[in-house]
Amino acid sequence: MSGAWKIAADVLDPELPVVTIADLGILRDVTEDDQGRVHVQITPTYSGCPAMETISEDLVEALTAAGYQHVDVEFVLAPAWTTDWMTEEAKAKLTAYGVAPPGQVSLTLSVRCPQCGSLDTRESSRFGSTACKSLWVCGSCREPFDHFKAH
Amino acid sequence: MTAPSDALSDYVLGLGDDALVSAQRMSWWISRAPELEEDLALANIGLDQLGQARTLLAYAGEVEGTGRSEDDLAYLRDDRDFRNVWLVERPQTDFGVAMARLLVFSTYQCELYAALASSTDATLAGIAGKAVKEVAYHRDHARLWTLRLGDGTTESHARMQVALEGEWPHVEELFAPVEGALVDPQSLRSAVLSRVEEVVVEATLSVPQVSPAIGGGRRGLHTEHLGHLLAEMQDLHRSHPGVTW
Repeated sequence: MSGAWKIAADVLDPELPVVTIADLGILRDVTEDDQGRVHVQITPTYSGCPAMETISEDLVEALTAAGYQHVDVEFVLAPAWTTDWMTEEAKAKLTAYGVAPPGQVSLTLSVRCPQCGSLDTRESSRFGSTACKSLWVCGSCREPFDHFKAH
Repeated sequence: MTAPSDALSDYVLGLGDDALVSAQRMSWWISRAPELEEDLALANIGLDQLGQARTLLAYAGEVEGTGRSEDDLAYLRDDRDFRNVWLVERPQTDFGVAMARLLVFSTYQCELYAALASSTDATLAGIAGKAVKEVAYHRDHARLWTLRLGDGTTESHARMQVALEGEWPHVEELFAPVEGALVDPQSLRSAVLSRVEEVVVEATLSVPQVSPAIGGGRRGLHTEHLGHLLAEMQDLHRSHPGVTW
């Protein structure tokens, strides 16, 4: 793993600032040529994800601060991003942050409340604060929470 | 005879314009939806469509080879240069109309993007492979509302039926032949119609028996509504050329 990859991998998602873009599977590739020029490839979670511009700027800033003079960031669409690329570590961080991670629906037909752990939850809105999330509410602790949709 | 690259850019422009104009119509609902959750839903659906439009228009500009960016194409063309179908350009200020249209449009996009995802054009296949998952979610949303309204009260049933009757004449234009098409629009027709009709029947509504409207959006012929939509959408960009946030 190159030094540039490590720096890029530490950039946080601006909408979910507890997980890195590497954790989420948004960071696809980082290459460094012999002139020290860095080429980064990132992929959006959704076509219209407004965080992509910010992520791109954050990448340039982080790599430039680390001494890389030429940094370019490319958006790639294929292969299409899927929540399967999210690491287990990212899912644990999301839960701790209060966002139910993807992947639990198919197993239990319910989403575990990130607050109290109850499975007595229901979807209150199929769309949430960002394109990648839906809104849920817990029947046990009565708290509403975001769920990162399996995609 | 149109050169192949012109035909391809025109085709991609049509797909991008459908998504862009639909997104703009969808954004009208922000702050006007019947409940807060629906405000979020329609804003998110519009945002997905806008994202698709951006990648499609950027690609259309690239194929065209004249250096026009996605912004140039979205904000600096007049209505006669837009290639979207009439289905998406008419106002949708009734919630039933918005859901009837979304049901038709998202079902069409599902079939279209699924087919394009295995196209030989790698860029379009990439865009479509990404977008197909998004529009499937839109379709599911429109389906749930169609069922709820169609199989709801006498009032909601009647209004949903009127909405369908109004959208139906514009369905055929989606399947009109297009030069340069990588997926023949006609090949999508039976799957789209049967999937939409299945929902209509399940919602206890009737499949409208109406004649197709004339259409002509793919050739740049539009209803008067598109001009008004563009005036609002393009005003800022044209009033302040080169403006950035």
